[in-house]
Amino acid sequence: MSPLDRIANVSILKQHEVDKLYKVENKPALSSSEQLCFLVRPRIKNMRYIASLVNADKLAGRTRKYKVIFSPQKFYACEMVLEEEGIYGDVSCDEWAFSLLPLDVDLLSMELPEFFRDYFLEGDQRWINTVAQALHLLSTLYGPFPNCYGIGRCAKMAYELWRNLEEEEDGETKGRRPEIGHIFLLDRDVDFVTALCSQVVYEGLVDDTFRIKCGSVDFGPEVTSCDKSLKVLLNAEDKVFNEIRNEHFSNVFGFLSQKARNLQAQYDRRRGMDIKQMKNFVSQELKGLKQEHRLLSLHIGACESIMKKKTKQDFQELIKTEHALLEGFNIRESTSYIEEHIDRQVSPIESLRLMCLLSITENGLIPKDYRSLKTQYLQSYGPEHLLTFSNLRRAGLLTEQAPGDTLTAVESKVSKLVTDKAAGKITDAFSSLAKRSNFRAISKKLNLIPRVDGEYDLKVPRDMAYVFSGAYVPLSCRIIEQVLERRSWQGLDEVVRLLNCSDFAFTDMTKEDKASSESLRLILVVFLGGCTFSEISALRFLGREKGYRFIFLTTAVTNSARLMEAMSEVKA
Amino acid sequence: MDCYTANWNPLGDSAFYRKYELYSMDWDLKEELRDCLVAAAPYGGPIALLRNPWRKEKAASVRPVLDIYSASGMPLASLLWKSGPVVSLGWSAEEELLCVQEDGAVLVYGLHGDFRRHFSMGNEVLQNRVLDARIFHTEFGSGVAILTGAHRFTLSANVGDLKLRRMPEVPGLQSAPSCWTALCQDRVAHILLAVGPDLYLLDHAACSAVTPPGLAPGVSSFLQMAVSFTYRHLALFTDTGYIWMGTASLKEKLCEFNCNIRAPPKQMVWCSRPRSKERAVVVAWERRLMVVGDAPESIQFVLDEDSYLVPELDGVRIFSHSTHEFLHEVPAASEEIFKIASMAPGALLLEAQKEYEKESQKADEYLREIQELGQLTQAVQQCIEAAGHEHQPDMQKSLLRAASFGKCFLDRFPPDSFVHMCQDLRVLNAVRDYHIGIPLTYSQYKQLTIQVLLDRLVLRRLYPLAIQICEYLRLPEVQGVSRILAHWACYKVQQKDVSDEDVARAINQKLGDTPGVSYSDIAARAYGCGRTELAIKLLEYEPRSGEQVPLLLKMKRSKLALSKAIESGDTDLVFTVLLHLKNELNRGDFFMTLRNQPMALSLYRQFCKHQELETLKDLYNQDDNHQELGSFHIRASYAAEERIEGRVAALQTAADAFYKAKNEFAAKATEDQMRLLRLQRRLEDELGGQFLDLSLHDTVTTLILGGHNKRAEQLARDFRIPDKRLWWLKLTALADLEDWEELEKFSKSKKSPIGYLPFVEICMKQHNKYEAKKYASRVGPEQKVKALLLVGDVAQAADVAIEHRNEAELSLVLSHCTGATDGATADKIQRARAQAQKK
Repeated sequence: MSPLDRIANVSILKQHEVDKLYKVENKPALSSSEQLCFLVRPRIKNMRYIASLVNADKLAGRTRKYKVIFSPQKFYACEMVLEEEGIYGDVSCDEWAFSLLPLDVDLLSMELPEFFRDYFLEGDQRWINTVAQALHLLSTLYGPFPNCYGIGRCAKMAYELWRNLEEEEDGETKGRRPEIGHIFLLDRDVDFVTALCSQVVYEGLVDDTFRIKCGSVDFGPEVTSCDKSLKVLLNAEDKVFNEIRNEHFSNVFGFLSQKARNLQAQYDRRRGMDIKQMKNFVSQELKGLKQEHRLLSLHIGACESIMKKKTKQDFQELIKTEHALLEGFNIRESTSYIEEHIDRQVSPIESLRLMCLLSITENGLIPKDYRSLKTQYLQSYGPEHLLTFSNLRRAGLLTEQAPGDTLTAVESKVSKLVTDKAAGKITDAFSSLAKRSNFRAISKKLNLIPRVDGEYDLKVPRDMAYVFSGAYVPLSCRIIEQVLERRSWQGLDEVVRLLNCSDFAFTDMTKEDKASSESLRLILVVFLGGCTFSEISALRFLGREKGYRFIFLTTAVTNSARLMEAMSEVKA
Repeated sequence: MDCYTANWNPLGDSAFYRKYELYSMDWDLKEELRDCLVAAAPYGGPIALLRNPWRKEKAASVRPVLDIYSASGMPLASLLWKSGPVVSLGWSAEEELLCVQEDGAVLVYGLHGDFRRHFSMGNEVLQNRVLDARIFHTEFGSGVAILTGAHRFTLSANVGDLKLRRMPEVPGLQSAPSCWTALCQDRVAHILLAVGPDLYLLDHAACSAVTPPGLAPGVSSFLQMAVSFTYRHLALFTDTGYIWMGTASLKEKLCEFNCNIRAPPKQMVWCSRPRSKERAVVVAWERRLMVVGDAPESIQFVLDEDSYLVPELDGVRIFSHSTHEFLHEVPAASEEIFKIASMAPGALLLEAQKEYEKESQKADEYLREIQELGQLTQAVQQCIEAAGHEHQPDMQKSLLRAASFGKCFLDRFPPDSFVHMCQDLRVLNAVRDYHIGIPLTYSQYKQLTIQVLLDRLVLRRLYPLAIQICEYLRLPEVQGVSRILAHWACYKVQQKDVSDEDVARAINQKLGDTPGVSYSDIAARAYGCGRTELAIKLLEYEPRSGEQVPLLLKMKRSKLALSKAIESGDTDLVFTVLLHLKNELNRGDFFMTLRNQPMALSLYRQFCKHQELETLKDLYNQDDNHQELGSFHIRASYAAEERIEGRVAALQTAADAFYKAKNEFAAKATEDQMRLLRLQRRLEDELGGQFLDLSLHDTVTTLILGGHNKRAEQLARDFRIPDKRLWWLKLTALADLEDWEELEKFSKSKKSPIGYLPFVEICMKQHNKYEAKKYASRVGPEQKVKALLLVGDVAQAADVAIEHRNEAELSLVLSHCTGATDGATADKIQRARAQAQKK
């Protein structure tokens, strides 16, 4: 499903005399229509595609009307490309300032997955202004935000641009009562770890397995148990889904079977009904029950399908390795596991993900592993990934431990066993550029790995760690929790320093008196570069515990695979 | 009171006209008005005089002087006219002076005599010279109509957006029309002209003869015509001394009048007020002024001096050498109140208030009288309204006092009208002041709006008064004070005698951070006056960096522009500057500039990646960025190059770059890839099939699947494939082939580096339980239970688990026990557990 489908589906478009829809890809659109309208993201690639179409028409002596609509905005570079390709005069351009798509009652998405690569890899800041404009739009709708917090370079830039916008259009929001009490901006690169973990809450797992696009998922025949695949909207309106979306996967089956029993019981009530009651039942309840029935069978199907896939790949082993990486023990074993993973060509994306997770949690790979894992990877998946590695290093996702780095206590203990030989061997001119992730130290400071005596009860979770089977509290969510508790960054200086964000953590409190206590419970969390469903679930949990209500605004919903794909170089 | 209506002159039964003095003019006129070209702008606008030396035969040797005065006769500008002969003067709606020259050129001057621009009315006009010209006002702005020497008309309906229109020819026109005027109807400009006894209407397409309905017979020529301020009515003066008044569409006659004066009048203008039924025309001769309307008698005035009439929205201004007067119909409210023996509620209220001041009980009587009729509200309203139409502050005050007095006896009288009237009058009295000289009436002021009035004050550089008015009326800053300050600043930067620092400081001091003030606009003005340094200083105060950029580019401060653009966070702006820089600087300098601006650099790189690959390479080269250069060539090796030689060459370049970048790993990997590519090529040649672009792993797998085991092993050795990988690889490939014999041989070739559990797993995956069992026995002790369970040997698994005394393994086996068949095994485990616990 594309964002457009969420707003105007094909039938609506057809009613408005749209003849046929084409995807913008490198294929000629064979249409006999007199007018072509392109609804595109402002990317140079798209411009070249349009130019090729128009120029082909020109060669064939056809004249048509062309309209290019840029969403969410037009970039000068795009117009320039149109001009260079000699078609600027042939097309008319327009902008559609569509930046926020509500995917759910508490989730707004800008549907800009390219934000992640553009900013965090290429250093392209073009979308920051778009974010600022979206925030400005929200503040015109919901009044000013009395408390603003943020962390990350991009967060700070977006925040400042947004402030400028507000100042320029002074008076609009002035005097309005704030409806949303807090806003928290967070860069994805503050916490890569959480995004790289395998998701085990139901919604996250569905996203990892089937890919949720624009709040909707394509369930294939293996789920629907018929030969057609089915598009299903996943949001709070799906009653069954709404109850299990935030649950740890191990609870979901139990819940669903309980639900099935209840449903059966309700169906069973019709036995022994008289005619009048039966009439009532059919007219009022049956439809709801049937609907529920349909959803239930769909989600059971999805669960089965997930189970099948996960057991095949030895999911337990994988999770165990991830937990070991997060906790920082048995590094050697985990490294071997990753190596085996690569050797067996299990999945290029998964392998890459594990390597990155190892690198970030360990503050970079030790040189020997860095080389050997990369070599293995290239042998398995092809040499073009040399570029992928170059990308990952630039983004700080997969780096090499620089010699002479001061290691924290935990790290040194673990790494002493293996680094002796390799130390001081490598001097890579660029390794100093990579930021140190300091994950272990942060984890300790913020107590991200809960100490558990005995089994962690996933049915009655105690903290946000439940979204990762009780093994790890998502860093991003913990930061938000801590800052909200203190209403500032005070006392978190050390953490901020370890996050390399000393210059980019900010608090801005104004108009506190005007905000009602109702609005102060409402928190808008803005993820720049994408957020995962696990993070959303964790914060929903935190909200229930502390009496907050979180609203999420993200450039796109992401997961580990999407992050890795964004960094990968694939042959054209 | 008695004499208040002394200057009221009745016209017919229903209307009074009065004439009062606005200013006594003490302008120092050197010439008689009749010797000058005169133009006075409506809405109490300025007066321009140009002594016309060209009309006389003895072309003057001295250059004439163009004088501009305010309506009160204060000199605003005076300049020597150095251009060609002028035919006509007129003011545009923006109070710009349009001077139409004989050659068809129109020169535009500001209120202060500053030359603004000029434009031409076309070649035809240039050739035939201008005979006569009119400046008229339309909905779109101000228009110019020209009568040429060839008796053709050319007009432009809006000089701001100059579109010349040549009107059609009037058939048989040999001499100049006796009189003509421009008409605006249905948003289109027409020309109405009179030739002898005939009238013609010219529009864009055609010339049509028209006849006014009910025109008296015997007319052989029209001497004068006048269109009303709103273009709704038309008056014609004939050679028989007869005046016809009707609608401008010439469809209806309103009235007629015969004045019996056959001499052509000097001027004829309409005098009527909006929403009044009375229609009257003011006709001026040398020494006589006549107001005629729908009445048998006319009002006559004697003119002592040479005078000039200026039509206004609600009356006529008449100025002469010594005075400036206003002639208008007495408004209804004033008439009601002041008419002799009026019993209108307003009149009574005014009376009551006066008695009240005298502390007389009559006040109560009057008041009671009004209240009994229930007309107090009306009375108050009348007084308020009448106050608006009074020129003398004293009279305004007494009327307002009366209104205020009456208000006290009303319960819920909305105060708005009273308050607004007080405010409006205060503003009006201020601008009517002699020093300001804008004699606006209340109706004119309402029509003009406060915004336009402020603009006009700004135009006269009366900044303090404008600001005081804004503050007094509490106008929003952005519309009011800020706008005026910005104008002031724009004027300030033109003062050439003040130093840049002083001007910048003065402006900043006064403007500060006033919202809505654009420093960049002021800076642009400064740059326009050639003060670049001042412009840059002013730009420093501009809080929005984005606003600074276009001007900086214009001033060729591109590098500064670049950093400002980056500050603004607007990538489009950065890009604009980049392209500017690219054209302005040579390549080397351009790259150097980029180098210091990482944000701009990455933006440009993104662009180059898609659009200018070669530039990208140059960029990396310039920076000695060998790492990226290497990546660039790697990409080229599979994206741009097709031939294998080209690809290898690209890889070689990449490897060299990586060496330079001291990235040995990447260099080695690239070299390996070169080797692999060559080898794959050879394999394709020798064995056929598809090898190119497979990964090393896949290449080996393909070889094994094709039965080329020898070559596969050779390749593995050549590329030093680690044992573990090789074993995984072979295992998978052989199982895929279902070559169980070879697999067994392979498993026995040496001790497996990956253990034997994978063998079991892979056999089970191919559903070969028989083969799987073979390997299950060889699985190491830690994984034995798992292996046995895989092949379905629960009993033996249980034995091993019990032997290991491993609780986890025991429960694993137990979970695999299915009720019927494995009952015994389950019991066994339970027993073993119990035993273990005992110990």
